[in-house]
Amino acid sequence: MSYLAYVVAAWLFLVSFYAIVTTRNLIHVIVCLVVMQSSTYALILSVGYRTGGTSPIFLKNEAPPGTPAVDPIGHALVLTDVVVGATVMALLLALAIQVQKRRGTLDPHELRPMKD
Amino acid sequence: MSELPALVIAVPLLIAALLMALAKVLPRIAADILAIVTAAGTTAAAILLLQVSLGKTVVYWFGGWTPQHGVAVGIGFTIDPLSAGLAALVGLLVTAALIFAWRFFESVGSLFHALMLVFMTAMIGFCLTGDIFTMFVFFELMSVVAFALTGYKIEASSIEGALNFAITNSIGAFLTLWGIGLLYGRTGALNFAQLQRALATIPTDSIILPCFVLIASGYLIKAAVVPFHFWLGDAHAVAPTPVCVLFSGVMVELGVFGVFRVYWLIFEPALKPDEPKIRLVFLLLGVATSMLGAIMCFWQRHIKRLLAFSTISHIGIVLAGCGTLTARGLAGASMYLVGHALVKGSLFMSAGMLLQRFGSVDEIELRGRGREWQWIGIVVALAGLGLAGFPPFGTYQGKALIDEGVQSIGQRWSQWVFIAASALTSAAVLRGAARIFLGWGRMNSEAQRSPTEHEEKETRPEADRVPLMMIVTPSVMVLLPILFGLSFFFMPATEAAAERFMQSVSYSATVLDGTPTGPVKTAGSVSVGPDSIVLAFATALLAISIALGDLFGDRLPRTLARWFGSTIDLLLSPLRAIHSGDFRDYAAWLAIGVTIFGGAMAWALH
Repeated sequence: MSYLAYVVAAWLFLVSFYAIVTTRNLIHVIVCLVVMQSSTYALILSVGYRTGGTSPIFLKNEAPPGTPAVDPIGHALVLTDVVVGATVMALLLALAIQVQKRRGTLDPHELRPMKD
Repeated sequence: MSELPALVIAVPLLIAALLMALAKVLPRIAADILAIVTAAGTTAAAILLLQVSLGKTVVYWFGGWTPQHGVAVGIGFTIDPLSAGLAALVGLLVTAALIFAWRFFESVGSLFHALMLVFMTAMIGFCLTGDIFTMFVFFELMSVVAFALTGYKIEASSIEGALNFAITNSIGAFLTLWGIGLLYGRTGALNFAQLQRALATIPTDSIILPCFVLIASGYLIKAAVVPFHFWLGDAHAVAPTPVCVLFSGVMVELGVFGVFRVYWLIFEPALKPDEPKIRLVFLLLGVATSMLGAIMCFWQRHIKRLLAFSTISHIGIVLAGCGTLTARGLAGASMYLVGHALVKGSLFMSAGMLLQRFGSVDEIELRGRGREWQWIGIVVALAGLGLAGFPPFGTYQGKALIDEGVQSIGQRWSQWVFIAASALTSAAVLRGAARIFLGWGRMNSEAQRSPTEHEEKETRPEADRVPLMMIVTPSVMVLLPILFGLSFFFMPATEAAAERFMQSVSYSATVLDGTPTGPVKTAGSVSVGPDSIVLAFATALLAISIALGDLFGDRLPRTLARWFGSTIDLLLSPLRAIHSGDFRDYAAWLAIGVTIFGGAMAWALH
């Protein structure tokens, strides 16, 4: 397994972090969080990858037990992660809609709670 | 009985689903009763688990997937006295919050109750789990429900507070997940005990340290430790009162619990850390957090925001207690946490009542308006003394044990910082109580400049009288420690539980090999030095004099007052400036914080 996958994961994380710090739009932030979450998918999938491995479903004829296979636990983790991520993003988007309704803007500079 | 660990999670979740499904048809009173009974039952179950775990650490494998040849194949709960005690505290506070909310949000049916039950389940699962990925899932569930509850009132400012909370904490969760992913890649394990054994067999390389730093950073963000604390003020100021009780009372503290759970069970045996250096890192974090929280707390006029910063300050003390890495310090932190949760819960509830009655939680606006409410005034003043660590509140014993902990590691100086911090936070509450319930003090130009916000009432606007339940709950929470015979009774057991929490090797033997742990050994009695009572009185006196000084400061000679005012201003203006309310700034601070924490850990471990 080459290191490239890990580099991609780290790059996705850092670039989305940078974008969150410099953003000007709330929807953009939420998309950045999706990208950041994707970096964790990339990481966990590359951790579980085995070069030349098949999918971890073992059959008597085609892939008998003992055939090299990719790690199914990584898949389970990513699936759980996707569910968690979908919940967070749905909630954040709902909040963003409410913000737009009430304040008429999505610029974070205008949207500071407890403004002096 | 043997299935109890699963039922503690499953039953509240099912009831929450039921409440959600029947939200449209269920009468409000039925939803109230069902939710309160469920929360109280869960509390009772957690206390039962606590009692069993004092005999031996309870290990429960879901679906009967027990370890094969010392390798964990299933997902398990491991319940030791400290985690069960924390779960019981969660249940207790949720019950109290639901009772307090008896008449809250009349129009919205039972959705609120369902969310509260899911929140409780997530926090209890976080305490009891024996698996790092399951811990992450409960952590995320807890976060998502918390975001939704923060924005529950759907007003402009509550949504913005919820957004700041959600964005910073989501970044934290991804950091934790990165740490877990790297750790899994290095060891192939997710179970705490399995991870501990796997790390012992492989050479310690440069991956292990970042794993700890990333996982711990995510939890420290939840714990609102400086410089990760910014979200807390925004979220607490706008969340509904019963939710604030839970946020301040347990959710934030669970972040600290998470850090030390993974430290002791996974990393401590492998990293063989240089303990004095690690202690120093946590102590400095704790000191910075408690001082910054206390200073920000004292100069607020929005009462909920004031209480939020006070929570930050007390979290610093809890973190330092755990960070002594001694059983005494950890036991102190646990007792402190319980005492603080009760006191702070009743303070938030009192603030909620003010909001309900007068439609405001602004200290200046409310001046003198609470004169008819002497009883609530007494409750608030007592709770204020509780924040100063005054006996018989749990904070007193906790502080005394933490003091002994920091003395035993040779960092006596930090004790004085914690006295200053608790005196300031206590003074802020006492000042508020004197101003609102007695009408003391005049307009203070400094206080007028801090941010404030107008909130909508949380119950029906025409409800002018405060329901009885709203008054009873905070009173009981404050009086509980007094009635309970000073809770000295719990000190030996807490210290023994803390020792058990730190025994990582016997933990993994219990989980993987089934070697039974003996009952928690309690020393006959744990005595607190006589100077702790002197210090407690001194702190309370200090708090009262600071409060009086702030209320009547305008009677000082004018030059002195002006000099004092400008000094404070010099100190406060940069602090106010960094609490900008803009999540982009918070994210930048988060990056700086992770870098500093990582650097400090690298220094401590090599």
